[in-house]
Amino acid sequence: MTTATVSRWDRFRESFVWYSFKRDKVAIISFLVLLLMVLAAIFAPLLAPANPYDLAQINIMNSEMPPVGLDGADPAFPLGTDAQGRDLLSTILYGTRVSLMIGFGAVLLQAVLGILFGLMAGYLGGKVDAILMRIADVQLSFSTLMVAIIVGAVFKASFGNLMFGEIAIYMLIFIIGIAEWPQIARTVRASVLAEKKKEYVEAARVMGFGTRRIMFRHILPNTLSPIFVIATVQIANAIISEAALSFLGLGMPETQPSLGSLIKSGFDYIQSGSWWITLIPGLVLVVLVLVINLLGDWLRDVMNPRLYKG
Amino acid sequence: MTSPLVSIRGLEKRFDLSGNLLEQITFKGGRLRRKQEAVHAINGVDLEVQKGEALCVVGESGCGKSTVARTVMGLLSPSAGEIHYGGQRIDNLEGKASLPYRRKMQMIFQNPYASLNPRMTIQQTLEEPIRFHHPDWSTPQVRDKIHEVMHSVGIDLDWGSRFGHEFSGGQRQRIAIARALAVDPEFIVADEPISALDVSIQAQVLNLLMDAQESRGLTYLFITHDLAVVEHFGTRVAVMYLGRVCELADTKTLFATPRHPYTQALLSAIPKLEDDRPNHIRLNGEVPTPVNLPSGCVFHGRCPYANERCRREVPALITTDGGTQVACHAVEEGRL
Repeated sequence: MTTATVSRWDRFRESFVWYSFKRDKVAIISFLVLLLMVLAAIFAPLLAPANPYDLAQINIMNSEMPPVGLDGADPAFPLGTDAQGRDLLSTILYGTRVSLMIGFGAVLLQAVLGILFGLMAGYLGGKVDAILMRIADVQLSFSTLMVAIIVGAVFKASFGNLMFGEIAIYMLIFIIGIAEWPQIARTVRASVLAEKKKEYVEAARVMGFGTRRIMFRHILPNTLSPIFVIATVQIANAIISEAALSFLGLGMPETQPSLGSLIKSGFDYIQSGSWWITLIPGLVLVVLVLVINLLGDWLRDVMNPRLYKG
Repeated sequence: MTSPLVSIRGLEKRFDLSGNLLEQITFKGGRLRRKQEAVHAINGVDLEVQKGEALCVVGESGCGKSTVARTVMGLLSPSAGEIHYGGQRIDNLEGKASLPYRRKMQMIFQNPYASLNPRMTIQQTLEEPIRFHHPDWSTPQVRDKIHEVMHSVGIDLDWGSRFGHEFSGGQRQRIAIARALAVDPEFIVADEPISALDVSIQAQVLNLLMDAQESRGLTYLFITHDLAVVEHFGTRVAVMYLGRVCELADTKTLFATPRHPYTQALLSAIPKLEDDRPNHIRLNGEVPTPVNLPSGCVFHGRCPYANERCRREVPALITTDGGTQVACHAVEEGRL
């Protein structure tokens, strides 16, 4: 057992993915920035100077203080405060956490639905395929935001503001997840159609394996690379959708602001000189979405064998 | 003769070309018409595979030989006809009922580059079928079985942790054979198992299949278009043309005295070393499309001996004095 036993880590280090990652500066920088933001979001309770959810720590007298370096700044609030007197740095850290949670959660839901329906439509074909893909078509013909606004408005009206605030994050994950699953389902279906004609699938059928085993253990692992690419881009899309909904007042409530609802809450004061409440969370959102999209682009290039030789 | 291991009776397979109802309707000459078209891949094939033999099926591209293999294995369902295994009809079995036959019948595929799952190691590829068909086996038992089949096809035990793409075509085909042997089958359908391999590797794999036949008492249905392989490997040969069997005989008999005009033309096309002035039988025209089958004998349009009866009547397989079964009016009437 000399060369035969190679660990997974060695295999990864010899792979094309790692090779191209090492040579791509944009990918490295994007990855580091994303890693930094994800870590900052995960450890927000440890990093943040204040807890924006704790009403006892908020003093209205501190409201609309500018960031450090401008007239009237308080060193206790490095990025200034918002209209309610919350420390903007802490609020942004917590907001990034909420935005990322919604982004990942929604994509997880999309992936589960998309993979399940895509596999079924592609492998079973016939009527199942026709029905699932027509549902997907109908769903895609409505814009995500329109569906989300209607559902969100109905929920908000039926639960009331207080209750809605508590379940808002799950609601948004659910709405965005449901609205975007056809994207993944179609990608999965297309690669399943290509894979299921290959002989290893027929070999599995000849062995007498059941449909479910063939779908999930033989075909699914071979369709994962396009799913990765789509999922990465979809995380950025979900974060943007959430920000848009929050900006319209149908997303996260002001008591647990996401980046989108922070931008919205500052928007009322942008004319009166307190530009930082909108601008700083806006920048964070732009950087977050940009690095995810850049990583997605890089991943798409790596996973597409036709672009190997550039 | 004892009862056959596998018997194929009146097998037909059509592939629909015309799609759904809306796509079938055409507007022609001021009237709506419903047009249905199908590729007639197999048109009434009767074959019996005896236990322990290697029945070779030969024919040119598109004559339906691979479709026969796939239908026998249940990858395609027949449009008409029956398939029996050991006296039991198997083409209508589903799910659990077909499992015992899945274990007894295995298949080796043409393209070794596509027949191994790219995301599974060799170990996993061989282990899964054994565990699936013998859920009660212990881990050492499964491991011993894997080692036994790996050893018998001549692949190194160290290869187990590697993936399919790390091997050459011949090595992959050995792995595919090991996978088929792992469940201890009695009957193996080999669909052109060596045509995608290098010539130098073909003999190795062929010998491997023959060794396995001897040591395990296997029965083969061997699909090929390589007549040299047939001569080397086959016990009996079935020649197919346009979805029908036109001649069925022992290998020696067929190569010595081909009876059907198509078989004669086919055999005359084999290049020979001492042949400085080749005497190929030239057939006119091309194989007719399997969408619109010719009436009568499918070969009549290209046959130099065809007469009125051949254009009208489909010839049945008849047994001649030499033991050859042949579907030809000319042979039956003694014209040939």
